[in-house]
Amino acid sequence: MRAPEPVFEAPWHAQVFALTVHLHAQAAFGWPEWTEQFGAVLAEHGVDKELDGGEDYFLAWVEALERICTTKELAEAQVLAQLKEGWARAYLATPHGAVVRLGADEPE
Amino acid sequence: MGLQYAGKLAHLFAMPHDFDDPDHAHSVLPPDPALRVKALETLLERKGLIDPAALDEIIDTYAHRVGPQNGAAVVARAWDEPEFAEALKQDATAAVRDMGFYGRQGEHIVAVFNTPGQHNMVVCTLCSCYPWPLLGIPPSWFKSDAYRSRAVREPRKVLAEFGVKLADDTKVRVWDSTAEIRYLVIPERPEGTEGWSQEQLAKAVTRDSMVGTDVLGAQS
Repeated sequence: MRAPEPVFEAPWHAQVFALTVHLHAQAAFGWPEWTEQFGAVLAEHGVDKELDGGEDYFLAWVEALERICTTKELAEAQVLAQLKEGWARAYLATPHGAVVRLGADEPE
Repeated sequence: MGLQYAGKLAHLFAMPHDFDDPDHAHSVLPPDPALRVKALETLLERKGLIDPAALDEIIDTYAHRVGPQNGAAVVARAWDEPEFAEALKQDATAAVRDMGFYGRQGEHIVAVFNTPGQHNMVVCTLCSCYPWPLLGIPPSWFKSDAYRSRAVREPRKVLAEFGVKLADDTKVRVWDSTAEIRYLVIPERPEGTEGWSQEQLAKAVTRDSMVGTDVLGAQS
C-alpha cells in the first residue's frame, strides 16, 4: 500500500462528516434521502464552477446537512444563524489560546 | 462543544493557526463553514439529538481504523483462496463481514473482478458513494465533478490520465455506486507474486486499483 492521503483536511470537514453519519445512525434521516439532498446541492454548486472534490465538496456537504436538518425540522434556520453569529462573537472575545465557549462575549 | 477535536484529534489536521502569534490578541476566527457546523452541533446537542462522544468515535474510526488496508486484505485473500474468491462473487457483503469489515456505507457491497477481457471501474455520478468499511473516505478526485461526469462518458480517456493503458480488446465496465450498492474492484493478481503470503500480497494492492483507476504492474 502507498502512503494514505489525509482523510480530512480541516477539522470542520471531519465534524460535518461525523455529524451526518451520527444523525443517520440515530435514524434522523435515511441514507438515500441524504445522498439525494447532497447530490442536489453538488449539482447546484457545480453549475457555476467545476467542483474539485476538496473544500468545495465539504461546503456542499455543510449546506446539504443544513437543508436536510431544517426540512426535517431537526433545526431551525433562524436559530442556526443566531448560533453561528454567537460563535463568531465568542471567538473574537476569547483571548488567543483559551478555550472558546459560546457566550464568551456576554457579561457574566 | 466542537473544541474537543482540538485536543484529542489535533494531530490529524493541518492547523495553520496553531502557533503563537502576538498580533492575534483574540482567538482566530474559524472559516464561515466551520462556524455553520458549530451552530448545527450546538443546536442538535441542545435538542439531545446527538452525543458528542459518538462524534469523536466516528472521527477516530475513519481517521485511524478504516481505510484501504481493509480492502487490500480482502483482495489478497481473494487471490490466495479460490473458495473465498467464490464467496466474494456470490455475496461480498457477507464475505467481508466475516473478515470484520462492515458498517456504514458497507451495507451492500458487490465485488467486481477484473479479467484479461474486462476492466472494472467505479464512480458515483450522484455524489460520492463509496465502500467506507473497505476503502475509508474517498479521495478528492473521486468526489470531483470531472471524474464523476467523465468516468461514464469517456472511461478510457480518464483511465489514460491515471496512467492506465488497457489493451484495445479489453472491455471497460463502469459501475455507478448508489446509496444502496457499493462496488469493490478486485484487480488482477500481478505477476511475480507467486508464493507470496496474504500479508505480502496486500501490500501490493493500491487503493486506486480497488476503484479501478490503477492496474497493478509486475512485482519484483
